[in-house]
Amino acid sequence: MITVQGLTKRYAHTLAVDHISFEVQKGQIVGFLGPNGAGKTTTMRILTCFLPPSEGTATVAGFDVLDQPMEVKKRIGYLPETPPLYPEMEIGEYLTFVGKLKGMSGASLASRVEEVEERCAIADVRNKLIGKLSKGYRQRVGLAQAIIHNPEVLILDEPTAGLDPKQIIETRDLIRSLAPDHTILLSTHILPEVEQTCEQVLIINKGKLVATDSVHNLQNRARGAESVLLEVEGRNGAVDAQTIQHRLETVSGVSRVLFKETRSNRSVFEVESLKDRFIRGDLARAIVESGWNLNELRPSAVSLEEIFLQLTGGEKADEPAPAEAVVQGENQ
Amino acid sequence: MRNIWVICQKELHSYFVSPIAYVLLTMFSLIFGYVFWNEVRIFNLESLQAQMSGQAPPMNVNEMLIRPVLSNGLIGFIIVVLIVPLITMRLFAEEKRTGTIELLATSPIRDIEIILGKWLAALALYASLLFFTALNFGFLFKYGNPDWRPLAVGYLGLLLEGGALLAVGTFISALTRNQIIAAVGTIGVFLLLWILEWPSGYETATWAQVMAYCSVNKHYESFTKGVLDSKDAIYYISLIFLGLFLTSRSMESLRWRS
Repeated sequence: MITVQGLTKRYAHTLAVDHISFEVQKGQIVGFLGPNGAGKTTTMRILTCFLPPSEGTATVAGFDVLDQPMEVKKRIGYLPETPPLYPEMEIGEYLTFVGKLKGMSGASLASRVEEVEERCAIADVRNKLIGKLSKGYRQRVGLAQAIIHNPEVLILDEPTAGLDPKQIIETRDLIRSLAPDHTILLSTHILPEVEQTCEQVLIINKGKLVATDSVHNLQNRARGAESVLLEVEGRNGAVDAQTIQHRLETVSGVSRVLFKETRSNRSVFEVESLKDRFIRGDLARAIVESGWNLNELRPSAVSLEEIFLQLTGGEKADEPAPAEAVVQGENQ
Repeated sequence: MRNIWVICQKELHSYFVSPIAYVLLTMFSLIFGYVFWNEVRIFNLESLQAQMSGQAPPMNVNEMLIRPVLSNGLIGFIIVVLIVPLITMRLFAEEKRTGTIELLATSPIRDIEIILGKWLAALALYASLLFFTALNFGFLFKYGNPDWRPLAVGYLGLLLEGGALLAVGTFISALTRNQIIAAVGTIGVFLLLWILEWPSGYETATWAQVMAYCSVNKHYESFTKGVLDSKDAIYYISLIFLGLFLTSRSMESLRWRS
């Protein structure tokens, strides 16, 4: 549905998007993940024909964004980061206006406006001025305008930003409910959002696409396999870190041994297990039987967050806001 | 065509739902009414004097009342420096500030349709201002017998001048996301366009003539006399095209730069 190839966007002094390529299949919900300023919005703006690419091509539903922007625009519903609302309009008026902009008219538009109002749970406030709505309602009106013309592709830029936990859940449910008929690309910098809403994830950092995978695979990487941090000390004098590494690699169930650092004669490793294998006992035995001291052994949990931070070169994993924690709690 | 109307309707809705339109209508009608009342008083006094001194000059309502009102410097000044900038300042600047420009630019509608819709809405508001001033002249037809054609030409002149200025104002509004800057920029440009004719008062060189030709007010004079001069009409029409063309360029550059 969406094909992006070697897409690049240069602003005067910065490279916002650097040769990214990806594909989104019909009917998928794809999360576009990255820290602020990674190039998510720019990519989305190119896909919606708001900005032209500097290099590369992007096609939506088979139409090129540069050559046939009108065809692309007809097939895209777009919710920018700040919902494009006119505060002096009532919700019904606004949706009718957007519908007309997208080429709808008459009775079909009127019934579609009602349908969308029901679907986005804004029917009870349809005669309210948009300027008087709360943030959550505005976001829903924003979503309503994106789907008014029943587009094949939905592009949502941080659809849950600034909402309270309850509203976030409602918005996610709404997005999920749209999935069967629409192809959705949504951006976010909140990880649980991707886990809960998306099937596929694109991780972007500093304009570069650093990973593309299904959420399922990423979660397996996060949950199925075990990762252990080890600190090993030679009992009589220093032991070559390489010797230890070779020994650890021979333990059954180990998929990868990563040498971290050496402090005096102690070496630190990170060991990853194969999927669904429990390796801590075997590791401990192997080390002790080799005549070394096992100073420390602790599981290092690989969460989606860590994968994300590894890939994007971020600092610490304490990123998600408290609100997010609440949401997760409510969901489980 | 339909898209132009959709945009135009939306803009008119914004004008008339907010106080802008009503404040402009009230204030302009008041001032115009005062100017009109004043000219009527002068006209009456003059005709009285003429009678007392025994002469009976042909007192022409068109020449001595309608023309002074239409060519009144204050009215022209208010239109150029207040009315038009206040109407156009929000057209694009507001959409850029609130981000709604993204909605317009990502909808299947062409830039020129957006621009024409907005300009036509501004023109409609401006025309409604003129309509209320025209009511004043209605009294003249009730009590006198003026020729309506010079009056119509005068209003055509006002409409053309307004249309041209609105087009330039639309362009300036498209350059910024700040309405105040748009308004101040527009006022500045219009004032310059207004006083461009000054050197032609003492200078006969070609450059002074060219400057006078570019001056926006100069071309309005003939209309107030009831003369429909193609030179002046063409000036305004080309200014409309220039303004709208520059706006479309500016919208396009918005996409390439932003």
